[in-house]
Amino acid sequence: MKLKTFDKGIHPEYHKELTSSKKVEPAELPKRVIMLLQQHLGAPCEALVKKGDAVEEGQKIGDVKAFISAPVHASISGKVKEVDYWRHPAGLRVPAMVIEGDGARKEWGPVEGGVDIESLTPEEIRTRVREAGIVGMGGAAFPTSVKLAAPKGKSIDTVILNGCECEPYLTADHRIMLEEADKVVWGLRALMKATGAKRGYIGIEENKTDVIATLQGAIRGAANIAVMVLETKYPQGAEKMLIKAALGRKVPPGKLPFDVGCVVNNVGTAVAVYEALNYRKPLIERVVTVSGNGVVEPKNLRVRIGTTFEEILSWCGGLKKDAGELEVLNGGPMMGIAQTSLDVPVVKGTSGITVLAAREIKPMRYEACIRCAACVEVCPMGLMPYRLGDYGNFTRIPEFKAWGGLSCIECGCCSYICPSKRPLLQWIRVAKLRVRQESKAESA
Amino acid sequence: MESPPFFGGLSMAAISLWKGGLGEDLSTERSSPKNLFSKEVMQENTPEKPTPGPAAKPPQPGNEKLIVSSSPHFLSDESIPKIMHNVVMALLPAVGFSVYFFGLRALLLVLVCVATCIVGEYWVQKTRKKPITVYDGSAIITGILLALTLPPGFPIFGAVLGSLFAIVVGKQLFGGLGYNIFNPALLGRAFLQAAYPVLITTWVEPRTVERAVDAVSAATPLALLKFEGEMVPLMDLFVGNVAGSMGETSVIAIVIGGLYLRYKGYINWKLPLGYLGSMVFFSGIFWLYDPGTYASPLFHVMAGGAMLGAWFMVTDMVTSPVTPLGQWIFAVGGGVMAVVIRLFGGLPEGVMYSVLFMNAFVPLINRHTRPKIFGEGL
Repeated sequence: MKLKTFDKGIHPEYHKELTSSKKVEPAELPKRVIMLLQQHLGAPCEALVKKGDAVEEGQKIGDVKAFISAPVHASISGKVKEVDYWRHPAGLRVPAMVIEGDGARKEWGPVEGGVDIESLTPEEIRTRVREAGIVGMGGAAFPTSVKLAAPKGKSIDTVILNGCECEPYLTADHRIMLEEADKVVWGLRALMKATGAKRGYIGIEENKTDVIATLQGAIRGAANIAVMVLETKYPQGAEKMLIKAALGRKVPPGKLPFDVGCVVNNVGTAVAVYEALNYRKPLIERVVTVSGNGVVEPKNLRVRIGTTFEEILSWCGGLKKDAGELEVLNGGPMMGIAQTSLDVPVVKGTSGITVLAAREIKPMRYEACIRCAACVEVCPMGLMPYRLGDYGNFTRIPEFKAWGGLSCIECGCCSYICPSKRPLLQWIRVAKLRVRQESKAESA
Repeated sequence: MESPPFFGGLSMAAISLWKGGLGEDLSTERSSPKNLFSKEVMQENTPEKPTPGPAAKPPQPGNEKLIVSSSPHFLSDESIPKIMHNVVMALLPAVGFSVYFFGLRALLLVLVCVATCIVGEYWVQKTRKKPITVYDGSAIITGILLALTLPPGFPIFGAVLGSLFAIVVGKQLFGGLGYNIFNPALLGRAFLQAAYPVLITTWVEPRTVERAVDAVSAATPLALLKFEGEMVPLMDLFVGNVAGSMGETSVIAIVIGGLYLRYKGYINWKLPLGYLGSMVFFSGIFWLYDPGTYASPLFHVMAGGAMLGAWFMVTDMVTSPVTPLGQWIFAVGGGVMAVVIRLFGGLPEGVMYSVLFMNAFVPLINRHTRPKIFGEGL
């Protein structure tokens, strides 16, 4: 049987065997955490506590009034040691709070009497999701509450849970679906209730065979929810690709999933929604895959948000000493962001820490383009990356826009496949940034 | 800016991934455009000065050195030498058959052409102080392809001259691999056709053909058709037991090589299929109209340079379009052109000019056949 999928794309080596059969281990309580006040896309939070204040686990420490935003909660109890700028794993410095832990733990469990989805109104679910600081946990960290409210005149008929995890090395979502299938399905129901959707799909890649049966069991024959097994292909987990594969609908350039009547959430987000509604637990911890050939003992860990990469790596035996130079990534090798320091915190969108040994990393040298068309043949967005790369490299912005450069989803298929090793995506990214800066300058 | 200069470029490039499509600014600290395109950052990206090893190595606590690069962080094992060496492999059957049919003289011509191409490329790159790329194997392909389009008895000096023209004028003067508009080997062949019109049409019979008289010269199947109205048996064409350019005669050898490349994924099936298909269709119309005068479509695709052209010239990556629609236009247009020249032109063979003709349109075709962007036009 031919599995559903999107057009084009690539088949990189997945290397998931390093951690795919390892249970999620609860990590130790970190001695200190760095709570970034901006962990999501949107407006940064304002600090609600001062230096020297005592905070409790789960206490809200940052919030802002803006619609596209999510509050931040202390992930351990202790004392605010510092309020300063700190480096975000994505590169920039953002306002942050350093909390020194006191070792106290809070027990989160089901609220008394339990929670019935039917008794909740969509508005209540959205409010609780926002108050719990839940953002997209697949990496983009878009505030979930915003996704649950369709703009006026648009309706949502389908909620898709993204369990594809097409990024090599990462197995966090895989383990979540296997170990917390019931929570995933409950979370999906809550998301459907909040959006008014009639159907719910859980999209997974066909290589996660063990998950299929587990999820099917958790659904318990519900007619409006289905597991959708998709072809193993990168970038299957990209939002637009997933919608195309699952529903056959294409999100037009510059539009959002709302425009084709659906919304996509990560399976980890669904679990966070479950815990927010059932335990009143804000988003203060998440599952992180620590993997790659540069780390001694690859693991799936449940860590507190704000734990530094350094501390997490030390729980995994540290970096390999004999592997030469290493590259530490926030995320996986296809879309992850290289770190310049290990003293950066895990954020809500950190699905993995991948440590690559130098021999796996691309060479910095590139050759002339030979028009082999490989990039055109793999680009899932139907772009001509070789051309966009040149326009970006030579900052020919009008042409870049005319050839659809802004539609790029930055999956990196073009750079991956290029026989000349041209850094196409890097050039395209710089050009996209240029466009954004120009439009900002115009509107200012 | 309080951060070191490299953060301006690399991290801003990286952050755009984080920021996705919404455009909200993440930070209170902002890199100015000036810093983003500052000299230090640009230098890291220029091919002339490849940085040895990683892009930036900031000092780390605990003396750990971390590599920083832009995603994706690992790449496929495709490379230009890998592609080129596979094409060379695919050409070996044709070379082998030509040696079998035309003797060691054929091998000598191949070696001379390849050596001249390599030396020529090296010489130009050395003089122009450009990176030496003769090891990537593309010059070998040009040499072999040019040799395969020559008559087996072609003089050595002519082969040297043709090879030099192909590699120096056809390829390096345009800027080297990737920048040439025309197929270098065919350009070399066209040059020789103009320079030595007699020598390049002086054919010899294969060794395997027994003749009563010791024939000095022979006619190619296409010339026999055009000027004598005589048709060579298809089986001879299939095996290559006919007079002609040394690598073009054997259909079976070329198809073996072509299918190997298809299997390896280095040629797009649209190109040979479109080219041969349109030749069959177009020549078929005339054949159906008057089978007495016009040769069958099967004869057309098996005689002359059609097979070598379809599998190795039309499919040249550098000089063929990159878009699916463009590839169809290019291949079909080339096939029609070849038949038109064969049937109505002054020359018996039209494959070379048809491909060169279409090569000239490739930039135009690429420009006007942009594929649909995902979700566009719904």
